Amino acid sequence: MGELPNQIVQGVLVGGLYAMYAMGLSLSVGVMRFVNIAHGDLIVLISFLILTLIHATGMGALPATLIALPIAFAGGYLLQRFLLQRVLGKGVLPIILVTFGLSIIIQNGLLGVFGADTRRVSGGGIETATLKIGGGINVGVLPLVIFLGAIAMVMALDWLLYRTRLGARIRAVSDDPATANLVGLPSARVYATAMGIVGVTIAISAGFMSIWTNFDPTAGPSRLLIAFEAVVLGGLGSLWGTLVGGIIIGVAQALGAQIDVGWQLLAGHIAFLVIFLARPEGLFPKY
Amino acid sequence: MPRQSRLWIVYLARAGLIAGAAVMAAAPMLFATRDVAMLTEFMSLLTIAIMWNLLAGYADIVSVGQHAFVGVGAYALFGFAAIAHVDPYLSIPLAAVVALVVALPVMVIIFRLRTAYLAVGSWVVAETIMLAAGKLAAFGGGSGISLPVSVVRSFGHRIPERYGTIYWIAFAVAALALVATWLLMRSRIGLGLTAMRDNEEGAGVVGVNLIGLRVLCFLWTAPFLGLAGAVITLQKLRVSPPASFSIVDWTVYVIFIVVIGGIGSFEGPIIGTVVFFLIREYLSEIGVWHFIILGALSIAVVLVEPRGLWGLVRRWLPADVIPNSRSRRARE
Amino acid sequence: MAEALLDIEDLSVFYGPFRAVQGVSLKVGAGEVVSIIGANGAGKSSLMKAIIGQAGRTEGRIGFLGEDISTRPTAEIVRAGIALVPEGRRLFPSLTVAENLTIGWEVGRRGEIGFDEVYELFPVLAERSGQLVRSLSGGQQQMVALGRGLLANPRLLLCDEISLGLAPVVIADLYRIIPAIRDRGIGIVIVEQDITRSLAVADRFYCLLEGRVNLSGRPAETSRDEVARHYFGM
Repeated sequence: MGELPNQIVQGVLVGGLYAMYAMGLSLSVGVMRFVNIAHGDLIVLISFLILTLIHATGMGALPATLIALPIAFAGGYLLQRFLLQRVLGKGVLPIILVTFGLSIIIQNGLLGVFGADTRRVSGGGIETATLKIGGGINVGVLPLVIFLGAIAMVMALDWLLYRTRLGARIRAVSDDPATANLVGLPSARVYATAMGIVGVTIAISAGFMSIWTNFDPTAGPSRLLIAFEAVVLGGLGSLWGTLVGGIIIGVAQALGAQIDVGWQLLAGHIAFLVIFLARPEGLFPKY
Repeated sequence: MPRQSRLWIVYLARAGLIAGAAVMAAAPMLFATRDVAMLTEFMSLLTIAIMWNLLAGYADIVSVGQHAFVGVGAYALFGFAAIAHVDPYLSIPLAAVVALVVALPVMVIIFRLRTAYLAVGSWVVAETIMLAAGKLAAFGGGSGISLPVSVVRSFGHRIPERYGTIYWIAFAVAALALVATWLLMRSRIGLGLTAMRDNEEGAGVVGVNLIGLRVLCFLWTAPFLGLAGAVITLQKLRVSPPASFSIVDWTVYVIFIVVIGGIGSFEGPIIGTVVFFLIREYLSEIGVWHFIILGALSIAVVLVEPRGLWGLVRRWLPADVIPNSRSRRARE
Repeated sequence: MAEALLDIEDLSVFYGPFRAVQGVSLKVGAGEVVSIIGANGAGKSSLMKAIIGQAGRTEGRIGFLGEDISTRPTAEIVRAGIALVPEGRRLFPSLTVAENLTIGWEVGRRGEIGFDEVYELFPVLAERSGQLVRSLSGGQQQMVALGRGLLANPRLLLCDEISLGLAPVVIADLYRIIPAIRDRGIGIVIVEQDITRSLAVADRFYCLLEGRVNLSGRPAETSRDEVARHYFGM
């Protein structure tokens, strides 16, 4: 009796992690107007960075993730400044090809260095703790923390974009990079900063992903697809919409898994396609 | 030195191309079985590369999901030949028809996404079709199934004979893809496509029907991809979701082939496929690093010479080796 | 003439092989209003872009406060004290009035002009500070564009076609503030196709034809007929 509501709750919580994957993509789609095909691979790359930090120093997952944050910011900044910026504004083909090439390089670089084994990071016990909240529903502490983290991330990004001067700069450049350059606001630097922020969201989701799910060097594309679905479902550029999109995919997968474990991924994609056909502009369109 | 004086190089290259085609047509009589198998793969990849180039290089449809149609062609061939017991030779064109039919709803989905998002959108669709194919019990579910011996035998009882037959089918498909697409490009439609490649906005203004051209190109590629999938299945003798719908083999490699060879040109996919097979022959033992080399090479191409290897060569030549459009404008 | 703020010597601006500006020299002093007139395509906008550091390739010297700024990036030029009010207003449509103004404040140099001063010049902007600029009328949008330029606290303000597409009453309203800006000691360059309006407020003018200065002087000392002949290149 209690199984279905329980599955839905678990699906919602998984949706929080999906929304985290998608948040950075949502930002880069909204600000720089391109889909970074290497987005999922960057999440996996930072997960391996966290894993390496833990193995090298014996530190916990939390400090390792905290160390990864500034590294990811710098990485995102430099990636945008010295690679992506060079092909921005030249049409969609170059940016897709460059991020596509990057995706393949990251995947195979990780395969070469770490091998194909499936990895996981220990969260120090948090991953097994659960809360009983009645009605036969058990909520894992880690999924709950991740879900709340996703909400906090939306609020933080919302605040950053709409309540700070940096946010106004980012939105100005997103509106019209040529005009920004004309009035003395260098769009390349603002884009790079935005990509640095994307990097921070990537590092946070990588930290949570690495203790909650298994990952391997080729796990990036499936993260990209889910993130993309969440962004499109939510409406391009809408952060709260992205959260809702992530939850929809999570719930659809949980319901699919009810039929048969093999239906989990397929159910997520089908839910996306059906809703997308009904509402191509997404649930909360911004542009 | 004036470029015009190098016209003899163009003629030489054309002669080389024709000679190469003649050798290819006779390949099973000239080469060992192992080489014939490799050339069969070459023809399949060339077919797929020509199609991706048409989409991404001319029609501004940057698909990362064309492995979907290759897989659909593979499964359709199996369905007709092994399950419905249709004549195996007839099953090959039928696979093309199925790919075309599947392309219609796929088009409805991905054409709602603007170009930047279409890439990942097409990937989502391909992933969905692959996962769905894994649910088909008659096709062996997630682990796939082999072609029945009776179907395999209809292409030849002995291995060299069978390899030869399948090669000729692959060669015919590639030749058909090349010639038909070449004729398409020489037609008025090709003129519009070239205008679109050179200046999308301008082409729209002068009355080129952009949506119509995109639809035509997308539907044009599907049956050829289906044919390639059918040929690949005949060669590999089995279908399975990860192999028949392989994103690495039918999309990743193909993008590298076209980008490195030269996107938006007719020579590019051919050069790219040759270069790719050379890299694969000589560098495949270095494992993941050949992917990294391909990835880095294609990024370098985008940054340095977006028209690829052919773009580099073309700067020195006064004309295209394959004159693909009646009014190709100088791009310098 | 006042002490030279902007001193351009023999400037050429190239777009590929095409030379849009050909050996132009001009000076603008502090607290001086200089009008640059010329027909469409005479090179006025290219000149503006070159000063602000957004033209492609340039030759010659662009002296500002005694230093050559011709190779500096725009952000540095703006911080040194030059602001452009671009042709076509070019606001950021999804930002509010206040946010658009903030961009000007942030990229500029620190100085005495703040939001209060801009709202005093254009009271309507104070009322609408929280609104998105795309909801404003054309004239109000032009006020935001001017305000954005002023908030950068420029020593030199470049106004490119600020009357384009606006009703005469609205234009008169905008031009009323030019003397107020000049009185702060700010040098002003006004680029217009509409000769009458810009010559009326200018201390001096330069007329461009096909990328060259073919007439310069003081509006009061030059006959309308002479200006018109040079404007059309007759």
